[in-house]
Parts: sequence; structure tokens; C-alpha cells
Amino acid sequence: MSFSITDPSPRQKAVAGALVIAYALITMLPLIWIVSTGFKSSADSIAYPPKIAFEPSLEGYVNLFTAQTRQTPEYLAENPPQTWYEEIVHEKGMVIAGPSRFGERFLNSVIIGFGSTFLSVFLGTLAAYAFSRYRIPLKDDLLFFILSTRMMPPIAVAIPIFLMFRNLGLSDTHLGMILLYTAVNLSLSVWLLKGFIDEIPREYEEAALIDGYTRFQAFRKVVLPQAATGIAATAIFCLIFSWNEYAFAVLLTSGTAQTAPPFIPTIIGVGGQDWPAVAAGATLFLLPVMVFTILLRKHLLRGITFGAVRK
Amino acid sequence: MTDTAMGRVAEATPPGVARRIRGLSDRAIAWIFVAPTIFLLLAVNIFPLIWTIRLSFTNFRANRPNAEVESVGLRNYQRILTDADVWATMQATAHFLFWTLFFQVLLGFALAWLINRKFRHSDLWTTIIVLPMMLSPAVVGNFWTFLYQPQIGLFNYAVEFLTGVPATSFSMIGEVSLAPWAIVIVDTWMWTPFVMLICLAGLRSIPESIYEAAECDRASPWRQFWTITVPMVLPFLMLAVLFRGIENFKMFDLVVQLTGGGPGNTTTLTSIDLKREAFEKWRTGYSSAYAIVLFVTVFGLASIYVKALNKVKER
Repeated sequence: MSFSITDPSPRQKAVAGALVIAYALITMLPLIWIVSTGFKSSADSIAYPPKIAFEPSLEGYVNLFTAQTRQTPEYLAENPPQTWYEEIVHEKGMVIAGPSRFGERFLNSVIIGFGSTFLSVFLGTLAAYAFSRYRIPLKDDLLFFILSTRMMPPIAVAIPIFLMFRNLGLSDTHLGMILLYTAVNLSLSVWLLKGFIDEIPREYEEAALIDGYTRFQAFRKVVLPQAATGIAATAIFCLIFSWNEYAFAVLLTSGTAQTAPPFIPTIIGVGGQDWPAVAAGATLFLLPVMVFTILLRKHLLRGITFGAVRK
Repeated sequence: MTDTAMGRVAEATPPGVARRIRGLSDRAIAWIFVAPTIFLLLAVNIFPLIWTIRLSFTNFRANRPNAEVESVGLRNYQRILTDADVWATMQATAHFLFWTLFFQVLLGFALAWLINRKFRHSDLWTTIIVLPMMLSPAVVGNFWTFLYQPQIGLFNYAVEFLTGVPATSFSMIGEVSLAPWAIVIVDTWMWTPFVMLICLAGLRSIPESIYEAAECDRASPWRQFWTITVPMVLPFLMLAVLFRGIENFKMFDLVVQLTGGGPGNTTTLTSIDLKREAFEKWRTGYSSAYAIVLFVTVFGLASIYVKALNKVKER
């Protein structure tokens, strides 16, 4: 049986499948390692050779969510642990002093992520509709300008934004970060949504207009429902971007509005990074994105290419 | 085919229908809809850009807001273009760009080609392969420093297991000769799926009838691959390279977490260097000029590349 490009033989399929699966498994290893390290005790996490089988421990998660202080054996003996998590901490000769900052940072990521996603999708839908349906002077130039805002290295824009935020009192505030991420996401949201709206036949709106709808009603009652899938996909892309963003977050926030990506790498234990806690934080932080990626898989290509490749 | 949104814009609403509508005029709606976006982008992109250009001609330092600001003319630019350190970071960036693109194109295309053999559950495995590129580069990059630990790291252990080189004998992010490759490996791990997805779209866009015609003409599979598959996928591949090229030129988060630019300056990419100048040494005027030089470089290279891409598409 000769080799054919269009009609692969069962053998070809098997070989191709085996190679792809091998790659997928290798590529998953670091991610599996993150998840499993989160459930290791500190001793297991730094064992040599690296441990594949280990006794699961919630130490990493406890360390992630609590701030701890070392105490004398006498103090520990006098104050026996009340709960399972206090027990884990006690075994290391520590007591829980209070919650860690991880919860706050995670919440900041949620607030800033959802806030900027809502704004960029809202503004993006309006602009995309106008670009898709109306004759706008210099339309192509404006669209290219919107796209080109993505070419600037974030660090380069960060200098004046840092100064601007300082003057406006927006440094290290949720509002400042939401506005900034909205502006960064707008290029993606306008381009993607314009593609989705272009695909909705104009005839529907025209029929609505003839039925006596105003332009605005036609947009709300005819176009928006039709674009719902596209809007949802765009929203997830914007959310993932804000969720993952690091450069602006590390330069423009330090306390109140700091998101999780600059925070997770700074989780320190006794004598260096506390890897189980870092891994636990990373797991909680990465998991939502993995779920979203699986939900998005049909629109993934479109999203990552700004709508340039649609398939 | 690739099909930019711009190219598909149909003509505007038929004027006959538009005129009969009650409510706001089309023109007014168009402006109300577009204005907030343009305004926000002007405020967060163009205004800062102009500000950066102005600052780039001064000796302003953001940590001394009350010090007198002097105009220094083109001196900042002169310094950047003649500074050996800046050229060293450019070289590190070029090394990073070249090899990440090389490996990602090679692996990405190969994977796409294999996935296009349509074996069972290929969609499931594609989704799994795609996962790394959607994750936070800073968080993942930080965790890779753990995988790269000489004693306990999974990566070093895997190398020992496969090649017999002792895991403790080398440190991927601690050695001058290895660190530039350490960042290439992680970036390739992360972004190969991006190139793969775009190539896959390219492969799937080729009509089967072309291959069937070639088979009738008794063209060998080898020849079919080079005369049909490669030229038809090329525009897609070039688009993927454009996206990755721009992104990696701006690369900051992943590498800063992995190596912090070290050891020495071996992995100090331009963005990392710029961050040090601007936010550690606080040479705001100088780093503004640096930012402008980078922006002009990306923009210039990208426009030349897009011209080439359009030529390939026309063929």
C-alpha cells in the first residue's frame, strides 16, 4: 500500500497518533508536576530522585493560605492544635498567625480580571458593530491603529503610564488596573468581535428596521443575540489575558491591587521558596484557565490570531 | 485562506433603508459606538507614547520629580545606539528569537502534520497539547526554575535518566553557556502549540482535490508534499512567525521569572534591560529613548515582514 497524503492508511494513523500522544505526555509533565508538588510535603518535594509516588499532604495548601510564626516547644505543648490544619503547622514547630495574603491577591485577580473583561467586551462590541456596519472615515487606518497598540512592549508603555497613574492617584488601585487592562484588551476584542459580527447576515437587521425597529433596537434585539457565542468567546480570551498579565501588574501594583501572578513567585518558606505552597498557589491559579481553554477549543485559533485565521 | 477582517468589510448599509429609520442617524450611532474605544486607546496608548517621546529628549528621573529637567537633545539616543550593553541585549534577544522560532516552526509544523493524519481522538490530544500556551507565563516560568534545579529538579533528572549525564553536574539557569537555552526550551514548550494550531488550519484549508489530481498525475507523495503542502501552508506559517516574533521581541514575564536576566547578562533580553533602566536605575529619560528605539524596531521589522507575507499570499 503506497503512502497517500489525503487518505492515511491505518498504520500511518497509528504511528502519527503514537508520536502526538508521546509529545502530549511530555508537554503535560511540567503541569502534572505542578499539581502533584502541591500535594507533597516539603521533604518529599525536594527529594532526590524526584518522587513520583508519595504520601499526599495538604501542607502546601495550608502554608499557602496561612501566615505562620515559629514557637518554642513549651508554647506548642501548652497550646495543642485544634484543627487538622493547625496540626500540620504544629508538627513543624510553628503556629498559625493569621491568613496569608494569597486570598487577597487571588480576589484582586478576580476583580480586575472580570472588571476589565466586562468593560473591554462592552466597548469592543459597540465599536466592532460600528466598524462592521457603518461607513466610517479612515476605517482601515483606525482598525490598524487599534491593532498596533498591541505591538508596543508593555515595559515601554509602562514608563509614562506609571507617571500618569502617579499624577492621577491611580497607582496600585483596582480602577487603574481595570482601565489599563481594558485598553490592552480592546484591540483583541474589537478585532475578534468585528469578525463575528461580519458573519451575521445584514438581512436580519434590515428586516427588523423595516418592521419599525430603530437602529439601536435592531442592534440590541437582533445582532446581540446572534453574536452571543462570539461575545462569550471574546470575553474568555480577555479574561485569560488579564488573569495571566504580569509586566504591568509587577510595575504598577505593590499592595492593595496586586494580582496573583506577581505574588505567587514571592511565596517564601524557611530557607528559600516553599515549593509545595508555590505549586498549590499555581494549581489554584492555573486550573480555571485550563477549564476555559477546554471550553474555548472551537474558537481558540480565532482568538489567538486576532481573528486572522478562522478555519 | 487567511482572511483579514478588514478585507471582508462589505459596503455600508444601503442608504435607502437607512434614511427611513426613526431615531438617531447612522452617523451619530457610529460615532457614539466607536468614540469610547478610540478615546480610551488614545489616553492609554497614544498620549503615553507622545509623553515618552518628549521625555526621551530630557534627563528626567521619575524618582526625583522635583529635580530640574533639562533638555539633552539627541544624547539619549546617541548613547543607546553606541552602548555595548544595549547591543549585547539585542544579541541575546536575537538568539532567543531565532531559536524559539526555529524550534517552534519545526515542531509545530510536524505536530500539525501528524494530527492531520486524523487518528482517533486527535481532537482530545490537540486540546491537551494546547494547554501550556494559555497559562500565566510568570507563574509557569517561576515553577520551571524548580524543574531546572540541579539536585532535585525533574528536568535534570530526566536528562540524567535519558543520557546518563549526572543531574547534579549542570545547572540550566545557573550556567552562562546553558541559560540562553534554558529560556528557549521553556518558550518552545509553551508556544509550539500556537504554531501547531495555525499550521493545522493551513493544512485543513488545502482542498483534497488538489492531491487527488496530483495522484492521477502520478506525483510522488514527496513531490506532493513539497509542491502542494508546503507552499499552501507557507502563508499560515509566516503569520504564526509574525505573531510569535512580535511577542518574543517583547518577551518579559517568562524570562524574568526564569533567570531574571542572568547569569551575568546572558539572558538579559531588551525588555528586561529596559525595565532595569526605567524602574531600578530610574533613568526615565534614557529609558524613554530606549523604549522608542524598541518600538521603532518592532514596527519597522513587522511592516517589512508583512510586505513579504502579502507577496507570498499573492502567489
